[in-house]
Amino acid sequence: MTGPLLSVRDLRVAFPTRQGIFEAVRGVSFDLGRERLGVVGESGSGKSMTGRAILGLVRPPGHVTAERLDLDGQPILNLPERQMRRIRGRRISMVMQDPKFSLNPVMTIGDQIIEAYRLHAGGGRDAARQKALDMLEAVQIRDPERVMTTYPHEVSGGMGQRIMIAMMLAPDPEILIADEPTSALDVSVRNEVLNIMDALVKDRGMGLIFISHDLNLVAQFCDRVLIMYAGRIVETLAARDLHHARHPYTQGLLNSLPRLDAPVDRLPVLQRQDNWRDGDPLSESLTTDFPGGL
Amino acid sequence: MLTVKDLNVWFGFPPDRVDAVKAASFAVAPGESFGLVGESGSGKSTILRAIAGLIDTWSGRIEVDGKAVAGRTRDRAFYRTVQMVFQDPYASLHPRHSVDAVLNEALTLQGMDDIDARITRLLEDVGLGRGFRFRYPHQLSGGQRQRVAIARALAAEPRLLLLDEPTSALDVSVQAEILNLLADLRAEHKLTYVMVSHDLAVVAHMCDRLAVMQHGRILEVMTADALRRGAGQQDYTRNLIAASTGYSRS
Repeated sequence: MTGPLLSVRDLRVAFPTRQGIFEAVRGVSFDLGRERLGVVGESGSGKSMTGRAILGLVRPPGHVTAERLDLDGQPILNLPERQMRRIRGRRISMVMQDPKFSLNPVMTIGDQIIEAYRLHAGGGRDAARQKALDMLEAVQIRDPERVMTTYPHEVSGGMGQRIMIAMMLAPDPEILIADEPTSALDVSVRNEVLNIMDALVKDRGMGLIFISHDLNLVAQFCDRVLIMYAGRIVETLAARDLHHARHPYTQGLLNSLPRLDAPVDRLPVLQRQDNWRDGDPLSESLTTDFPGGL
Repeated sequence: MLTVKDLNVWFGFPPDRVDAVKAASFAVAPGESFGLVGESGSGKSTILRAIAGLIDTWSGRIEVDGKAVAGRTRDRAFYRTVQMVFQDPYASLHPRHSVDAVLNEALTLQGMDDIDARITRLLEDVGLGRGFRFRYPHQLSGGQRQRVAIARALAAEPRLLLLDEPTSALDVSVQAEILNLLADLRAEHKLTYVMVSHDLAVVAHMCDRLAVMQHGRILEVMTADALRRGAGQQDYTRNLIAASTGYSRS
């Protein structure tokens, strides 16, 4: 396969408000290959909304338009709900920020994974059960037999997040959209979860969209980074070049972080400028360097 | 300013009793900024809540300004000395009370006079103009809400501020503003801080010394310089520092 997994051009998400139309996403364009693509920005920059729009999860009165939204060359923009359901979960999955709110509290972990898997892949209960056990092992959960019989409140946050990832990966999706998957986790657990996702991209050739507000983490984990401000991509660059970012917004974000290795007396504060909203974005290229894999 | 000695905090009853803090001891000098770091569940916030009188199942000794406190009872003088700022500015402000009402209440409870002028001054102290006085929390951003929460804590003119993850719900750009504000206020009002955070870089920036906690115990107390050098005495501390410097591909 040569084309990108996902191709997005001029994606817009609009909400009508009493003050007129509010555009949460204003013309986002990018390609995703079999790579780790980071999407960074502050709250309200439209990064989560971009992920939701791709999956068709923007509820009315929100309105999604795009010049192109293609999955493997097939348009998936505003598909009828029936068809979208065949894509959602099976070909594109999403891991949300907080496992506490994403798992069903009155169903055992095992039943939830089995249900999700059978819905997408069909097959018998026993096969699904075996698959669930395999997936839990793949995300490095010790003693998966026991975890299968527990309820979400009985597992820790890190474990819940790994269970979510296991559930999302059971149908072998081509693309995983991870919306702040590690923000609720401690640093030691965070690195474990990242290792798991990293292995999945490498071993299965999955495309990963990693939405985060943590610039340094994204720089270290991802291959490419999109920086979003006020619903637009202001800069696209290779992750290793993040510290040579040229856009003042990116630089401002990086500088405002306290660092262990570089003590300062005062943290520089981001001075917002109006032209960031509508100025020309700095992009090397929209297309991915990794259409065929890393 | 603050002495904590052999502090134990537990929740529930045997056989379900959970010991959240075990034999924690530390002392904070006047004007110092002291950090508590550790992973979630390590008991760092619980220590602050025990000091503030929000938990009564504790034993040991807590002394504020040389005076020991007991159980959950705190006298008015205590609250004029110690105030607390909470993690989530979206949850810690009453949604139907305006900024004016919030500060008014805090000032009235402290028996302050000249409330009108004090509210104006408090808002200026935390970098909010007069225009914010009659707004409601839903009309404020996360950073502005946290400023209001800080103004409310300052209303009592305390000398010790307990800060429970004051910036972890905020964007990094807003975090920088709030951390700068806290540093300015400390210099201006000669405050003592006890700050809880899971972010080592934030603690190293704000604090002179810090305690590293794991499973309810204080593993070690170290200086911010030692933290920056990665010079922990315990394996756990060194691992924590290594993990926080970022993700490295294995």
